[in-house]
Amino acid sequence: MTAERTPLYDEHVHLGAQMTNFGGWVMPLQYSSIREEHRAVREAVGLFDLSHMGELRVKDESLAQRVVTRDLTRLKPGRIQYAMLCNDAGGIIDDVLVYAVADGGYLMVVNAGNQDADFDWIRGHVPSPAGGGRQGGGVLNVGRDWSLIGVQGPRAVGLVQRLTPSELGGVKYYTFIEGKVADVACVISRTGYTGEDGFELFCGNDDALRLWRALLEEGQADGIRPAGLGARDTLRLEAGMRLHGNDIDAGTNPLEAGLDWTLSLDKDFIGRDAIVQARDRGLSTVLVGFKMLDRSIPRHGYVVVDNGQRVGTVTSGNVAFTLGYNIGMAYVPPTLAAPGTRFGVDVRGTAAPAEVVALPFYKRPHPK
Amino acid sequence: MADLSGMRFAETHEWVKKEGDSATVGISQYAQSQLGDVIYLELPTVGQQLEAGGRLGVIESVKAASDLYSPVGGEVSEVNQDLKDHPEYINEDPYGKGWVIKLRGVKDNPKLLDQKAYDAFVQAS
Repeated sequence: MTAERTPLYDEHVHLGAQMTNFGGWVMPLQYSSIREEHRAVREAVGLFDLSHMGELRVKDESLAQRVVTRDLTRLKPGRIQYAMLCNDAGGIIDDVLVYAVADGGYLMVVNAGNQDADFDWIRGHVPSPAGGGRQGGGVLNVGRDWSLIGVQGPRAVGLVQRLTPSELGGVKYYTFIEGKVADVACVISRTGYTGEDGFELFCGNDDALRLWRALLEEGQADGIRPAGLGARDTLRLEAGMRLHGNDIDAGTNPLEAGLDWTLSLDKDFIGRDAIVQARDRGLSTVLVGFKMLDRSIPRHGYVVVDNGQRVGTVTSGNVAFTLGYNIGMAYVPPTLAAPGTRFGVDVRGTAAPAEVVALPFYKRPHPK
Repeated sequence: MADLSGMRFAETHEWVKKEGDSATVGISQYAQSQLGDVIYLELPTVGQQLEAGGRLGVIESVKAASDLYSPVGGEVSEVNQDLKDHPEYINEDPYGKGWVIKLRGVKDNPKLLDQKAYDAFVQAS
């Protein structure tokens, strides 16, 4: 299967991006330097093409309640929640953002590589006989009709505000409005995957290039840089955000992943019973954040060792540019999970010293 | 631009510049551009004997860890200590301040490419 392209593909190539395959999509990995793009997002503003992300429209509210781990009844239109989709065994099929839509039901923003599988899975839970057909049961797979542009960093809000008549001060974290940015009709969502303030802007594919260029041009005064998936990964890791397929997957449950707060165990949802049972049995492994005490770099798949024994696995690891040391996330036994606990990470045969630290590694300074 | 005239390149993308029976070793411009931001190097210690084509160390970028190979045989006489705190020198100046090690007692390696042949090799790969 050839990799899919977003409407901004040519623009990325034109900007000199190194392209990479991610979740079935050809995406910019970096334009100039991951380090510099990372820094731009922490200190100024970065621009991301996130059009590979999937969007699923789920109009049936009881269906959404059944497939999502979190109680949506109190989610008012205009608000957003982070939640899981779990299988019957409580394993995480995907982590999603759920948008409560004014005209009823929800929009789910899902991971690029999971969008079609998520769609099929949700549709599979439509009570018959409504199921069947691409639009069966009020579930629509609209990811390929929409582009998504992330504007992230301390100067992001000011930048977007200069391009929209909408009053953005009222758009609080994890809420959204509809409005025009650079005269392009958008869903303006105060969300992100970087640990910084900013917006994610949904627009029609035909408008994506116009919106991208307007942001890039207006952002010059702010020191804007287009940022690729490389920086997106180092930024989200510092912010302690899980990456599906790396840190969480169908073989891990939300309790193990430290995502208890995304569970409403007092409602019925797929995977609930298995999760409750896992909780009552007690967890054998939990996700922790750790920092390296030497200069070596932990990587996905490296083994965690304690007293010469293999006790866990690293799921993400890299340099933390903002912090000046190297960090990672790993599944370890609960006995090794308390901050301050030390263990080793097997780096090419040597047990490199590491110490558990609380997540997130990085929290943005509070706005004045 | 650095003077590359005396340099020879390995197909594993390291360069070597010989002066008498000593030599300086680094990685090529092409290699650094492919690796992206270098963040860590694991290098040999002074006095260690390296063989042509033998493992010299490990270079890590944000993207991945890769092995480095010595383009020529010899004894490590110096390691670029600046790279410890400034691994980005490899990206900024791979033929200058981003040099990696120096060797003495260097033996020739006829399999190395001159710059023209190396550029052609990179083009074809």
